[in-house]
Amino acid sequence: MQLHDKLPPGIVLVKADDFQTWLLDIQVVDGNPLYAGETYRLKFMFSQSYPIEAPEVVFVQSTDPPRPIPYHPHIYSNGIICLDLLDRQGWSPVHNVESVCVSLQSMLTSNTKKERPPGDENFVRFNTQRPRDINFVFHDERV
Amino acid sequence: MDSEDDFNSSQMSEDDFAQDSDVEIDEGKDAESARSSSCDASDTWTVDSDFDDDVGFESQDKDIKPNKHAYEVDFNVFEPSQIQASQHKQIAEVSSILVQPPEATAILLRHMRWNKERLIDQYMEKPEETLESAGLGQDAATNPPKITKIQGFCCDICCEDGPELDTFAMRCGHRFCVDCYRQYLYTKIKDEGEAARIRCPGDKCNRVVDSKSLDLLVGDDLHDRYQELLTRTYVDDKEKLRWCPAPNCVYAVECAVKDRELPRVVPTVHCDCGHYFCFGCSLNDHQPAPCSLVKRWLKKCEDDSETANWISANTKECPKCHSTIEKNGGCNHMTCRKCRNEFCWMCMGLWSEHGTSWYNCNRFEEKSGSEARDAQAKSRQSLERYLHYYNRYANHEQSAKLDKDIYLKTEKKMQQLQSSTGMSWIEVQYLDTASHALQQCRQTLKWTYAFAYYLARNNLTEIFEDNQKDLEMAVENLSEMFEKPIDQLQGLKVDMMDKTAYCNKRRIILLNDTAENLKQGNWEFNVALS
Repeated sequence: MQLHDKLPPGIVLVKADDFQTWLLDIQVVDGNPLYAGETYRLKFMFSQSYPIEAPEVVFVQSTDPPRPIPYHPHIYSNGIICLDLLDRQGWSPVHNVESVCVSLQSMLTSNTKKERPPGDENFVRFNTQRPRDINFVFHDERV
Repeated sequence: MDSEDDFNSSQMSEDDFAQDSDVEIDEGKDAESARSSSCDASDTWTVDSDFDDDVGFESQDKDIKPNKHAYEVDFNVFEPSQIQASQHKQIAEVSSILVQPPEATAILLRHMRWNKERLIDQYMEKPEETLESAGLGQDAATNPPKITKIQGFCCDICCEDGPELDTFAMRCGHRFCVDCYRQYLYTKIKDEGEAARIRCPGDKCNRVVDSKSLDLLVGDDLHDRYQELLTRTYVDDKEKLRWCPAPNCVYAVECAVKDRELPRVVPTVHCDCGHYFCFGCSLNDHQPAPCSLVKRWLKKCEDDSETANWISANTKECPKCHSTIEKNGGCNHMTCRKCRNEFCWMCMGLWSEHGTSWYNCNRFEEKSGSEARDAQAKSRQSLERYLHYYNRYANHEQSAKLDKDIYLKTEKKMQQLQSSTGMSWIEVQYLDTASHALQQCRQTLKWTYAFAYYLARNNLTEIFEDNQKDLEMAVENLSEMFEKPIDQLQGLKVDMMDKTAYCNKRRIILLNDTAENLKQGNWEFNVALS
């Protein structure tokens, strides 16, 4: 696992005690008004086969410190992220924690809509699958 | 409603499926090699009846096909080795046309979902682009893949470096250490079941790992699995091929019925493992109902049946807005929460007509009350109609399960009969035949009710219902005989054989009738067939 001395701006390592779960905080640094002044917490979960297999990455919510789930048409309100990079098909072992964080930052940066994915309510209520087992259909090439 | 996963197995009449020797999957030869799926049970009666088919004659012309019924489709059953052989054959053929090595040709064919003509056309037109889109890039032929040591190399996956590190890259140039590459391939093949389209581990690289590179990197243990997965993708890619869905069955079935023909035909095929299934949707044989109706029906039953039962038993509808209301206590003066209509629970009439006499409803003959009850009855009718069909459907499903239990006991009965009466093995086979017929007929009957639910009322429907009734009666008669104790069974042999033959005959009549009318589009459904 790669631990860079210097992480890109807006990415802070919160907890990395073991090789199973890491917490990171990310901010959107380019001043997109949707996300200005907010910090979001990411939870990385690594399997035995990381980096061959993708880690499970979700946003987690907390009140102290305040860490909301960012509004984005591809982020469900329970923190599950629909991003091809994190799916079996899109993952490449070359990726790492840093590159995932940067991708998520840029995914947020380019967003202009303060909305949840269609069907968010149902998904959040009924989904019992782990993120990696969900078959997302990646249709949006813009993010 | 999980019954779809039952797999009826039939052990009888293997002779019917003694395979042709020249089975091969060759697009051009379908017509010759395709053989009729003559229903096994039918032969038992056609032979006895007045030679109305040419089945009974030992014809001098060996190629003569047994008469095909209207509800039957042509199909072939293939073993994995045959499927593999036909892949190799096609690869070799195209390889020589395109002048590409077989590994590359295999990737190209898989990329084009085994559409040879399209591949050749496209390749002849723009070879470079075709290779590129299949993840092959240029010069796949010139230098074969090899493992090398590179000075100053650092693996992007594990960050290992060192002069002794074995590395590998395909022509895309994404180089990783052999351990990482190997582990990547293992994960893809073993855990994720990928084979035909494993891509380079590099980010956003679309290059597909070819079989030569794979041979170089993975051991024999994985190689078998890889080949198996390739065969699987081949069958999945081919529209004409489908795996038999029975557990542990290794055969694939070829049938020429296309998706768009499904509203007009119900393509039931019979795998060599004994399983009958629908080539269109892989569900258990669901003749006579077409796939789209089956899907609709199963969906409906899944969400509706229990709820509908409960609603029917426990609720009434508001006479004004038809909201469903459950009365869980209190007096008969109802106020609909939705439309504020006040009515009497007993007579369903307007409450205002009751004056002040609460609770006691003695106004049964009042006009508004009887009108409201009529309306209620009408709206309940659709629910009742559904339940009528559903109950019969479920009943046959249940009976088929029970008959299956009997079938399992039949074997014991047959042995007992042999020892107690001195009958020979061949002489007690009628029990097996009968039990098999029974199951098959129940399966058909079950689906006739789903079919009938969607049928519009007309003369054809009347004929259908008559056929259904005849079959149902025949089945019940035969089913009853199975309940008889062993000592009576021997005496019933002739009767039982007659009844079995009759059941099969009724089933064929019903299926022929429905299939012919389906083909000609004569049925009127109250829903659209998609």
